[in-house]
Amino acid sequence: MQQHRELTERQINTQLLNGALATPAWWKWAVIGLGLIVLAGFSTFGYMVNRGLGVTGLGRPVFWGVFITTFVFWVGISHAGIMISAILRLTQAEWRRPVTRAAELLTVFSLITALTFPVIHAGRPWRIIYWILPYDFSRGVWPNVRSPLIWDPAAIGTYLTGSTLFLYVALLPDLGNLRDRTTGFKHGLYTLLALGWRGNSRQWRLQTTAGILLSALMLPIFVSVHSIVSWDFAVTPAVEGWHSTIFAPYFVIGAVHSGVSAVVTMMALMRWLWKWDNFIRPEHFDALARLLIVVGTAWFAFTLVEILYSLYSLEGQELAFRDMQIFQWPWALLFVIFLITAFFIPVPAWLFKRVRNSIPLMFWTSISVNIGMWLERFLIIVPALSRKQPFVYVWGSYHPSLVELTLILWSLAFVGMNMLLFARFFPLIPLFEQKESQAFSSRVQIGRASVPAVLREREQE
Amino acid sequence: MARKSILGLYETPDAGANALDGLHAAGVEAHETEVMTGTPYPEGAFGEHVPQHRLFRFPAFGALFGFTLALLYTAGTQLAWPLVTGGKPILAVPAMLIILYEFTMLNAVIFTVVGIIFESRLPNLFTKAPYDRRISEGMVGVVVSCEENRAAEVEAVLRRAGALEIKSA
Repeated sequence: MQQHRELTERQINTQLLNGALATPAWWKWAVIGLGLIVLAGFSTFGYMVNRGLGVTGLGRPVFWGVFITTFVFWVGISHAGIMISAILRLTQAEWRRPVTRAAELLTVFSLITALTFPVIHAGRPWRIIYWILPYDFSRGVWPNVRSPLIWDPAAIGTYLTGSTLFLYVALLPDLGNLRDRTTGFKHGLYTLLALGWRGNSRQWRLQTTAGILLSALMLPIFVSVHSIVSWDFAVTPAVEGWHSTIFAPYFVIGAVHSGVSAVVTMMALMRWLWKWDNFIRPEHFDALARLLIVVGTAWFAFTLVEILYSLYSLEGQELAFRDMQIFQWPWALLFVIFLITAFFIPVPAWLFKRVRNSIPLMFWTSISVNIGMWLERFLIIVPALSRKQPFVYVWGSYHPSLVELTLILWSLAFVGMNMLLFARFFPLIPLFEQKESQAFSSRVQIGRASVPAVLREREQE
Repeated sequence: MARKSILGLYETPDAGANALDGLHAAGVEAHETEVMTGTPYPEGAFGEHVPQHRLFRFPAFGALFGFTLALLYTAGTQLAWPLVTGGKPILAVPAMLIILYEFTMLNAVIFTVVGIIFESRLPNLFTKAPYDRRISEGMVGVVVSCEENRAAEVEAVLRRAGALEIKSA
């Protein structure tokens, strides 16, 4: 960590609140651009509700298409937050400090977006309420708790609520700071949100303990969420390629791979857009890339094991499915693109320090991972359904319609717009974390080298 | 006797710690003082009283509450519409475990957050205690809550320690 820069608390305030207290010129145009795409998405959804699911490419036997693919994709991205924030907090990794809030925020907005896709996919979204809430007292029909369609909202709802509260608790000191830097209506708003934060010893002690306690509570939720999403598929014995015992860890590690990559993308954008060179430094990208090498390689091992298990079973249907998924047009092309973009380009590239320390290269390799990871989910869901199996009587094919493609684009714009709106009112990098880092760091002279050192905690007397 | 809150504002943590030492030497009790900073300094950095809390009880209560709620939801809904499937028991325990787990964790988190806010003595929107916005810019605030007849003595101690400004309420 040789790139640490000494800054005063006032400098940290000025630099990190440049998004919340002064609107950058590009911000308005970016929000308008993304807002138009979001509007187009809502209009498309309205059109779909009015005309029915016939306007999508879904049809017998492929009833799960890009909506469910995109749902799984965004749940995967959401794993960035807790992976980065909780694990790095618990292990007291110093380089977590500029990353945590962006990661937590990405979790919240990804989950909100993910949750909309089953609603969109339902075609008649208002009926989805029957699945989840035990409210239909008049008819006595209750949600079926044996169904993964109930497990999903339970897990994602828990993760979303927990992540939002986690984000809010860690935001309290910065809300107090914003309250102190604003006047008028904004001052009133921040005063209310900060709940009267004063920064006394009790509050800081609780804040530190809360970070660790909530991290410890959120980690088991984080693992359960994508496991449960994987069981949407894995508990279905009738579809080859879905009924797999390793799906839970395979999905979790895949989610971490795509989620941490999304954090890299976001950090590069934050550094470029808000000019936070003093806070988001090449050393942070280097650390994230090292983490991604491990995660990406573990995920690739699971991908191989998943294929190996299906070959080892020597079941005709399973082998025929794998043959189709890997060697037959058009799935073969998608399969090759998936492997190249999710693993063979980024992971070997990250082995080189020059790539890890280059922010443009890290940006593009992280985008590459997420193109590949979206394709991975598509290749799990769609080819498996398009084969004729013992329980269906037709072969089928699937081509996403313009309506579906518009809604995928909507999801990207929706997350982006929400992030920008958040950044307009709240700091994307925790100020108090940066100040703590400054207060706890020092330089140690070893021979002729001056080495940055970090104080961890007070020695017990 | 009415009580008064006095704030001394210091430029450095060392000066803040000195002020607190001076106050203790002058007979001000630890629980009557409060140190405010914009940075989470290590516990005891100012020689201040380290507050105790009961935060760890909250997630335990929350987990218990969530588990009970989930049990009512999962068992209640299945028993309310007793659909026998393949001769299996009405209550599908493995499936219930998933919901039980999620509800337990959800409520543990919610109760923890409630606990954090409660134990931090928040919300505290209408306090009359003095505060200065420069605290979130790096200054250290030492607040003393004392009886009015001791206010002059406390202010003198705070000034001697190098307070840039004294405020009272």
